[in-house]
Amino acid sequence: MLQPLEFTNLLGWLDTTLRDNMPIFWVLLIEFVLVAVALLAAYAFLAIILIYVERKITAFFQARFGPNRVGKYGILQSFADVIKILLKEIIRINNVDKFLFFAAPFFMIVASMLTFGAIPFGKALHAVDFNIGVLYVTAVSSLGIIGVLLAGWSSNNKYSMIGAMRSGAQFVSYELSAGFALMTIVVLSGTMQFSEIIAKQEFCWNIFNGHISSLIAFFIYLISGHAETNRGPFDLPEAESELTAGYHTEYSGLQFGFFYLAEYLNMFIIAAIATTVFLGGWMPIQIHGLDGFNQIMYYIPSYVWFFGKTGVLIFLSLWVRWSFPRLRIDQLLNLEWKYLLPINLVNIVVMVILVLTGLTLTDMFPFFFGVK
Amino acid sequence: MKSILKYFSGLFRGIKSLLIGMSVTWKELWTKKVTQQYPENRATLVISDRFRCELTMPHDDNNEHACTACGICEMNCPNGTIQVISEMIETEDGKKKKILGKYVWDLGMCTFCNLCVITCPSDAIKFNNQFENAVFTRSKLVQQLNHEGSKLRDKKKEPKPEAVIEVKESSSVEPKTEPVIEVKVSKPAEIEIEPIIEVKTSTSVKETTTDTKAKTTEK
Repeated sequence: MLQPLEFTNLLGWLDTTLRDNMPIFWVLLIEFVLVAVALLAAYAFLAIILIYVERKITAFFQARFGPNRVGKYGILQSFADVIKILLKEIIRINNVDKFLFFAAPFFMIVASMLTFGAIPFGKALHAVDFNIGVLYVTAVSSLGIIGVLLAGWSSNNKYSMIGAMRSGAQFVSYELSAGFALMTIVVLSGTMQFSEIIAKQEFCWNIFNGHISSLIAFFIYLISGHAETNRGPFDLPEAESELTAGYHTEYSGLQFGFFYLAEYLNMFIIAAIATTVFLGGWMPIQIHGLDGFNQIMYYIPSYVWFFGKTGVLIFLSLWVRWSFPRLRIDQLLNLEWKYLLPINLVNIVVMVILVLTGLTLTDMFPFFFGVK
Repeated sequence: MKSILKYFSGLFRGIKSLLIGMSVTWKELWTKKVTQQYPENRATLVISDRFRCELTMPHDDNNEHACTACGICEMNCPNGTIQVISEMIETEDGKKKKILGKYVWDLGMCTFCNLCVITCPSDAIKFNNQFENAVFTRSKLVQQLNHEGSKLRDKKKEPKPEAVIEVKESSSVEPKTEPVIEVKVSKPAEIEIEPIIEVKTSTSVKETTTDTKAKTTEK
């Protein structure tokens, strides 16, 4: 099948020319540097786009226009904000624990970047493809909470402390639910490697494959993901009216920029992982037997599919954020430990039963939905 | 058993209410926004007539205004924004008369409460709807409202109209349960009192200085 707009050929050509002309050490070095630069650039660029999209869509939900003065339809607004935050003064505070205060934003950014590297963006655009991909992602995204706790503790500020404690409790609780939801899909797919999970969804997305069970897992994963990243109705730790910005109160300028960036990218990462695991990642919609249709779908590049699906989930995230009131900390924890966790446990058992008795869609209709 | 039932019914009720909330915001997303983009829409702006922007003293073609320098507006102004500076002159008859020298109004201090306009007995000052009054120096905010070389318009003697007061027959018999609509073409002697009372109760009608005052009021 023709795929004219994919990167496979370009990257393959680059790799072979490098290998032919240089000793392997230099080949690897150059490739690593290129991948790192590409990831960093993608990180920053995505953040800029996300901030703009969020402001515009938030405004439309709130019966107003978003920024529309800086550049046509306000597209240069994010750049202006970035320049502003780079130029802001970093206020030195006397009685903070200097090393921890300085190090806290880095934990969040590093955790975010590590997860970012494992996301499959497109056909040849998968930087880190472990065979334990799902476990890696869950483990590494948990490092972010160290940053939050450090920020709260070292700020020497009671609001920051309370915010950090609440955020810590929230994160740890919802980590469980998110992990279980992903485990449900691992049970369905039989593998933890992202590229394999995507390959198995060629003719049927996982969310349809395990019908009841994976639908429930999808919603649980989305809810837990939002709660993990202090997003949507779970943003009590940084609620301005309650905690004067919570754990990042004392940060200014670029340090605050790091927290801000990490929060946006975490939202993107949750949406991306959900897309990969439930909605087929970068796989286009393919239907057995409709070759013309399949061909058209294949023309649309894989990264367009990926970002399209992720975009829908991000839109859902914004929609949810502006529809629901904030949850109090006890309501948050209540939701997790009394509702999400029991439902999750039952769900996993249901999924195991579905898989073992062959009731998933790929097992029931292998001609339509199975991978050849 | 009952608690299990409550658990699930609570869960589903919660989910349903969340979905209703999301449908509300979805509809809001697609409604046409009413924000107006200000500097670009100046050509089609519609400012309501009763919006109080800038105090003016309307002068006609002969550069005449209606201010008799009585000072009632200055007395009624709650924070001393108006200053009526009057002069005494001698008329041809030899009588001393007070006329307006300078009428000073401070845009910076005015609370736009409209008391000066309401209480003016000669309807000499009005609020217009020119809202773009920003200036770069504070001293430009203090304005003189009467133009150079303008003088008081002479009040023409008007012929006495037919004094017909119509009162509904039934109003003296029944208690006033419905609003009584009185059409009055009043005698000149009543003109001074009524405008003040009627303008106070009417909320949206702005009288212009015309000769006859035939009003329809609903009380």
